[in-house]
Order: sequence, then structure tokens, then C-alpha cells
Amino acid sequence: MKKLTSPYTWGMVIDLDRCTGCGACVVACQAENNVAVCGKKEIAEGRNMHWLRIERFWVGEYPDVRVRFLPVLCQHCKDAPCEPVCPVYASYHNPDGLNGQVYNRCVGTRYCGNNCPYAVRVFNFYSHEWPPPLDNQLSPDITVRSRGVMEKCTFCVQRIRRAKEEAGGEGRMIRDGEVQPACAQTCPSEALVFGNLADPKSRVARLTRSPRSFKLLEDLGTHPSVTYLKGGGREHV
Amino acid sequence: MSEFSGQTHGDTPAAKSAARLNDEMLSSMAPPTWRWYALAFVLGAVVAWGLYAFSYMVATDMSCTGLNRPVMWGLFIVSFVFWVGLSHSGTMVSAILRLSRAEWRRPILRAAEAMTVFSITVAGLFPIIHLGRNWTFYYLIPYPNQRGLWPNFRSALLWDAVAITTYIIGSTLFLYLGMLPDLAIARDRSSGWRRRVYAVLAMGWRGSAHEWSVYRKASTLMAALIIPVAVSVHSIVAFDFAVTLVPGWHSTIFPPYFVIGAINSGVAAVITLMIVIRKAFRLEEYLTPQHFDNMGKLLLVISLLWSYAYFVEVNITWYAHEPIEWEVFSFMANRYTPILALMILANTVLPISTLCFKRLRRSIGVMLTVSVLINVAMFIERYLIIVPTLSRKNMPFMWGSYFPSWVEISIAVAAFAGFGLLYLLFAKWFPIMAVADVRELKEREAEVRLGRAKLPADVKDEL
Repeated sequence: MKKLTSPYTWGMVIDLDRCTGCGACVVACQAENNVAVCGKKEIAEGRNMHWLRIERFWVGEYPDVRVRFLPVLCQHCKDAPCEPVCPVYASYHNPDGLNGQVYNRCVGTRYCGNNCPYAVRVFNFYSHEWPPPLDNQLSPDITVRSRGVMEKCTFCVQRIRRAKEEAGGEGRMIRDGEVQPACAQTCPSEALVFGNLADPKSRVARLTRSPRSFKLLEDLGTHPSVTYLKGGGREHV
Repeated sequence: MSEFSGQTHGDTPAAKSAARLNDEMLSSMAPPTWRWYALAFVLGAVVAWGLYAFSYMVATDMSCTGLNRPVMWGLFIVSFVFWVGLSHSGTMVSAILRLSRAEWRRPILRAAEAMTVFSITVAGLFPIIHLGRNWTFYYLIPYPNQRGLWPNFRSALLWDAVAITTYIIGSTLFLYLGMLPDLAIARDRSSGWRRRVYAVLAMGWRGSAHEWSVYRKASTLMAALIIPVAVSVHSIVAFDFAVTLVPGWHSTIFPPYFVIGAINSGVAAVITLMIVIRKAFRLEEYLTPQHFDNMGKLLLVISLLWSYAYFVEVNITWYAHEPIEWEVFSFMANRYTPILALMILANTVLPISTLCFKRLRRSIGVMLTVSVLINVAMFIERYLIIVPTLSRKNMPFMWGSYFPSWVEISIAVAAFAGFGLLYLLFAKWFPIMAVADVRELKEREAEVRLGRAKLPADVKDEL
């Protein structure tokens, strides 16, 4: 069988020094990806649907208290723990290095959700509805997920697909910065940078080589596509 | 503690005529009494309630369970692992004892084999109940289809599906093969439409020497073949956990540990069922203290093995002191202290301290208490493997907790009732005692004349 290859390896850099914890990325992600709107009840039950969350940690003792933010989204691991455990290939790896999720193939074993060390996979415990006028903002590019299926961050694969079509029509590669997911586009402090890691001159590839870079739970050997840049240079702790 | 003697009710089985043996051992197949109907009704009502809970979950959504992120597996998977464990009894008691020619197995084996079939059937339902979209479970079946889908054979869940299907088929064949001569007896004793049904089921068994010789070879072969299947089934269930990255699950000891746990709960359940059957169908003469003594020894060995495996698992985690794994274990010990203590008490302290003594092994009251408590402990063990581990995964920001909802509890309880109901129906329609095997033992024990000397017919007797 011919191995599918791609000139793209999508990746992201998250600069923790730049992240202000404003939450704009969370809202942008929700608006872009038809993510269900969850109320207090669902969030209290631990069933919120956010594909991207900002983890907030308090560091130090009063009065010297600092707050640290850690935006966590699907790490699009190169050796993803979620992929081999899915019995129906709903979770798969695409040639661009993305962890795909095929919603209408998913039977809802939730095995991938258990095996994801980052706990970024969310399950549709509820049959979600978009009461008017919220239904007007549903994107036609993306499936509205039914109850009983798993979903997660896709790096806004619909944007990547569109950019590929446009670039393909003009007979060129996608330019650096031409495509970015909703979270990176929205981030006011440009903490999130998205791009092609296969191109060593791209902004994301250059930032990945920073001495401040680290990966989340690197010791597990999942080889994430998301690189974090260590923050907290101004802190004592 | 009820000390009793097996010799109070008339003659020993060896001294009875064949017809009387048939009558006594097939007494369970007599027309049902009102008590049978009452019990069947109660069990049926509980099953119906469970079906209602399941339909409610399918009709609405999974929000009626207690599951959440990060605890995405709950009571359904706990029940699944528990029932797969119970299903190991039939193989252990029947196949291994058959191969090792332990003659005391004979009155027990039918009950154990039937238990295997029904518990694995109940177990097989749980992964389907647990699915988010139950109606698409057939996506897991590998057959060429228009959807262009093929299941992922790298997934432990698919290994599960294959292993469990194999085990259901294998153990049903094992039960059926062993039952053939007894079905022929049932055929000869019944009339009307029942006779026709048993005639079909007995497949024209006549009891000729050739049939017996083929039957003997087939059942020995089947016993030898079913053991690796049984061991692999629970190893594969353990792989569901061991092949993941989840701290607390990612452990190489899991497959043997799960198999030992399965045999532990299986043997305990056989003892419980032996006590129930002997009381319900008045089979005190066939299930004697000797049987409980032998089963008690088996249980003691398994209990020691389980305790060792558990000790190794905890000890290695403590020694390595991997922060996140240690957090999982500390969380389990803190949050679930009472049930953890009950588990260790009922699975280790109680069996080891009681089953060492012959007098206690021969006491029905003690054996009932110990065997029921072991299964309570094994259920707790599965709960403690699944729930606390998922509550404390690698990202502390996403730690959570879980408590089963009424839907999950209803379905888990209905599974017990469903198992009871299946068993009740089986005992009424099919021979619950292995009549032919017991009578064979009688023939072997009888004395034969050789010239002037009287010699035992068979010297392999261990009873």
C-alpha cells in the first residue's frame, strides 16, 4: 500500500509568557467549531464541551501570589494514545500529522478519552441544541455532532482544507501565516502561533527551536505537535 | 455455623438403583411450584426495570449516567469485568478437574458450566450497553460492507469482542456436549412436545459403546481446548487497561492478576451456587461436605495467589513512587477507605484465616459467607481499579470524581437478576446435575467379580 505523505506537518507554539489568560481563544474556538453551549449544570458535572481550556494555577502564598495560565488543546501527538485504542478507526492520523476524528464513525466507547493523558477529548453526554438565534451561527463547514460521540480540537481542519484548495488552485504551497486556527487568529497577545513545522523557516518552526521550549507530559513519549515556551521569567517561583 | 453430615438421608448414591438416581438428580425438572413462579416473577420484574432504565438511557442521552470527563468509564465497565471474571468458574472447575481426573468434580460440573455460559452472556451485554451510540455496535464486526469500514484490530476493545464471542461459543458448546447423555435421559423420561424437543437436542443419542467412546474423546478435547480460551479472555480484558497510558492501569502484572482475580470470583461463585442448588433441589447426598472441602482448598490457593498479586502491584507502585501513580493509589486509599478495607478483609484476611481449617471448610454456613464476601470484594476490586484511576489522570486541572446514577445501578442490579433468571429457567428445563457423570462414578466405585475375588471397578477414585 502506498504511504500517504504530505509537505505539511502542522504544529503550534504556545508562549506562556505572552498568555494573559483572557479566554478569547476559548470563545473563538467555540464560535468556529459548532461547539455546544454548556450551562452551569453541565460544567459542574464535568461535562463541558470546550475543545480548548485555559488551566489556571495559583502560585505562591499571599501576598506574593502569582497566577499562571496554561492553554491546553489537543496536542495532535505524533504517537497519539487515542488512535490505536479506537476499535472503529474514528480516531485516526492524517498525513498532515493531525489527529482526525470521524464523528459519524464513532460508536462512543470513550476509550480514547480515557487514554488521552491531556484529557482534551470531550464526549457528548447531552443531546445538545442550539436554540434560536444561536443556530444562525452554526458553521456549514463542520458537522454538528450528535449525542454519544467523542469530539476534540481539529486545529480547525476546515480552514486548512480551504487554504489547501486555494493554494492548490494557484499551484503553490500554503504560505506561512496564511492559515491559522480560530484560537491563534483571535489571541490578542499572539501567544498562539500556528504553522507548518516541516518548513524550517516558518515562524512556528523557528519558535519551536527556542531554548524555552518544552512539551506537555513529554516523558510519556506521545510526541505532541504543540510546543510550549516556558513562562514565568519575572517570577521568583 | 451449621455442621452437618451427608449420611443422614438414607443410602449413599453408590447403593441406589439407576432409576432412583435419575429421579433424584432430575428432581429440579419436575413441574414448577408456586415458589418457582414467584421467584421467576420477582427476577423478571427486576430485569424489566433494568430494561426500562436502559431504554431510557438510549431514548434520551448519556447524561443520565454519572459519567463525566475524566471518568468516562464507570459501573458498566466494572460490571463487565466482574461478569467476565465470574465466567471463569466453569472452565476452572470443569475442564481442569476433568483433565486432572478429579472424581469429585462430577456433581458440580454442570452447575459450573452453566454459570460460565450465563455470566459470559451477561458480561457480553455490558460493552454494548456502555456505548454512547449503542445502535451502531455492529461497526465493530469485521465484515465487508458498503460503509467501507473495517474495525481497528490494534484496539484492545476489538480483541475483547473477538475473545468474548469465542468464549461464548466455546463455553456453550462445552456445556452442550457435556449435557448430551443427560438430554437423552430427559427425553426418555418425558412425553408430548417436550419429548420431541429433547429428542432434537439429544441428537439421537442412544448410549452405544461407540457413542460413548466418541463422546469421551470429544469432551476431553473440548476441555483441553477451552482452558487457553478462558485464560486468554481475561488476559485480554486486562489488556483493555494494561495497554493504555493511564497511570495505575499501565502495568504488566494486569493480565495474570486479572486471571487470578477471575478464577477467585469464579470459584467462590461456584461454591455459592452449589449451596443454593443443594438446598433448593435437596441434593444434599450428592453435594457432600467432601465437595465443599475440596472447593475450599482450591479457593484457599487462589485467594493466596490473589493476595500475592495485589501485594506485588501495590508494593511496586510504592517502591517506584512515580508521583502520579502514587497520587492514584493515595486517592484510592483516602477516598475509598471503607470499601478498600472491606475488599482486603473479604479477599485476603477472611478466606486465608478460615479456609485453612478442615472443620470450617466443611461448614456450609462458613463457606456461604466466605464465598459471597469474596464476590463482593471482587466487585469492589474492579470498581477500585477503574474509577479512582480515571479520577486522577496526568493533568491535575482535570481531576474529577464519579458516583453511579440510578440508571447505572439499575442496570447493574438487573444483570444479577437476569443471571438468576437464566439460571432458574435452565435448572427447570435442563438437567442441572450431570446425571450420566455421577452414574459413571457409581459404576466405577462398584465392585466387580473376578473369579472368586471382589475388586474395585476403577482405581482412580479420589473421593
